[in-house]
Amino acid sequence: MKLKQSILLLVFVLAFSFATHAQNLVHGKKLFETRCLVCHQADGGGVPNMNAPLDGSTNVVGNDIARLVRIVKGGYSEKVPLDGYYYNNVMTPNPDFKDQDIADVLSYIRTSWSNKASKITVAQVQAAKRKK
Amino acid sequence: MKNLKNILWVALLAIALGADAQNNAGLKLPEGFKATLFADTIGSARHIAITSNGVLFAKLMYPNKAGKSIIRLEDVNKDGVADKITGWANYGGTGIYVKGKDLYTSSDNDVYLYQLNDKDEVVNPLSPKTIVKGLIAKNQHASKSITLDGQNNIYVNIGAYSNACQEKDRIKGSKGMMPCPILDSAGGIWKFDGTKENQVYGDGKRYATGLRNVVGLDWNKETNSLFVMQHGRDQLNSFYPEFYSDAQSAELPAETMYELHEGDNAGWPYIYFDPYQKKKIVSPEYGGDGKIEGGEKAINPTVFFPAHMAPNALLFYTGNQFPEKYKNGAFIAFHGSWNRAPLPQEGYFVAFVPFKNGKPSGEWEIFANGFSGLSGSEKVMNPRKAKSRPCGLAQGPDGSLYVSDDSRGSIFKITYAK
Repeated sequence: MKLKQSILLLVFVLAFSFATHAQNLVHGKKLFETRCLVCHQADGGGVPNMNAPLDGSTNVVGNDIARLVRIVKGGYSEKVPLDGYYYNNVMTPNPDFKDQDIADVLSYIRTSWSNKASKITVAQVQAAKRKK
Repeated sequence: MKNLKNILWVALLAIALGADAQNNAGLKLPEGFKATLFADTIGSARHIAITSNGVLFAKLMYPNKAGKSIIRLEDVNKDGVADKITGWANYGGTGIYVKGKDLYTSSDNDVYLYQLNDKDEVVNPLSPKTIVKGLIAKNQHASKSITLDGQNNIYVNIGAYSNACQEKDRIKGSKGMMPCPILDSAGGIWKFDGTKENQVYGDGKRYATGLRNVVGLDWNKETNSLFVMQHGRDQLNSFYPEFYSDAQSAELPAETMYELHEGDNAGWPYIYFDPYQKKKIVSPEYGGDGKIEGGEKAINPTVFFPAHMAPNALLFYTGNQFPEKYKNGAFIAFHGSWNRAPLPQEGYFVAFVPFKNGKPSGEWEIFANGFSGLSGSEKVMNPRKAKSRPCGLAQGPDGSLYVSDDSRGSIFKITYAK
């Protein structure tokens, strides 16, 4: 009986965690579509010379989470090359994004198209914010 | 066996090239026109210029694989394909213009002058004269397009480093600055002396203002005046969803052609041109709601086009090769949009507007299409899917039209035969 309960609980917890994960990606996708897509494009390919690509970008799939959090929240206007190219457009910040929003949108971006990087948790976003 | 394989490959390549010649290098053109791929993968070819001997020069956005950013292309055997390609310089940029043996180029900050010899080879690749220096280039709209009039004056576009002159650029809710301080040093066309060295802002003159960003411009020899193509503003729906839907934002504002005279003001950032109401409408950053009219003192466009198509080159056709209809008319290279998303993108073609006595005499039409390389009715959903993006135009001494592409690095040559 105890075993049965434990298994049930385990199944429940697993299902819940999968559902939350899926939900997070759904929420991340929605944020991407309303805030990011116009410039970064539906396929994450960006616009040559204008808006940086997210698909395949070394920064996006890289380990500098603090930098990604900073850009999503605060926008971007520096002229530095990304994978050998420069992008001229100014990125609009998202000052209203909560930590969960940042985690979700980054998780979606890092696991979409050809990207196969790790998802980002709220704890990671908070840690990244403490860094600066 | 290996030989046979090689022969087969060569044969296949020949067939492919032959097919390419037959299908006009993939372009769709009006009856009687033909296109060849004059050059391919030369680098990010922005604007182009041709000498009276037919030698073509292309300015690259980035140095190419060989580390060169000004490319010289010559078709020695006259088969419609460049067979002698060389290059020099290592700075990126957009502008290039040739006048006799004077070759002007631009980086995002400066304008340079190179000397050509009687074979149209560059004499001083390492030591050009600096004609203008220290122009504002703050990343956004930094490219400097150039053209000359008949009197050695050079006109330089200095794009506004902003979308709509908000206090905080591209931030929702940030108001437009009044007056817009950017207009003192950008957001217009500046006029300099094409023969004087080391000029700075103070040596030039703000010829026309209120132009967000011009990439395509040309001196019209018939009207003896400057014509420019403005890139209209972005993101009406992102910042003002209460006034503009995605669908409306995709179609607003018009891309506009202006004839400019000294002192003209085209109205940016205070107004934009709505192609449906055919009116100058106050920008929402300045209190507009999509309906309030403004810009009483701003000039009206000569021609307007659908939104966001990014006109990157303008050329008034003065040749004799094309049919009479094209004489003195305007060709415009539309680089293709990106900020119509989530709707399909538009542009990626060369358009034509007929002119008579210096005024448009008919509707604009698509002249050359198919640059994107997509088949049939398939639309470009994302700019990187487009194989080629038209960016520069030049007219050869025989009246052929050349189109450059900064995506794949192709140069197309378009000719007409009855």
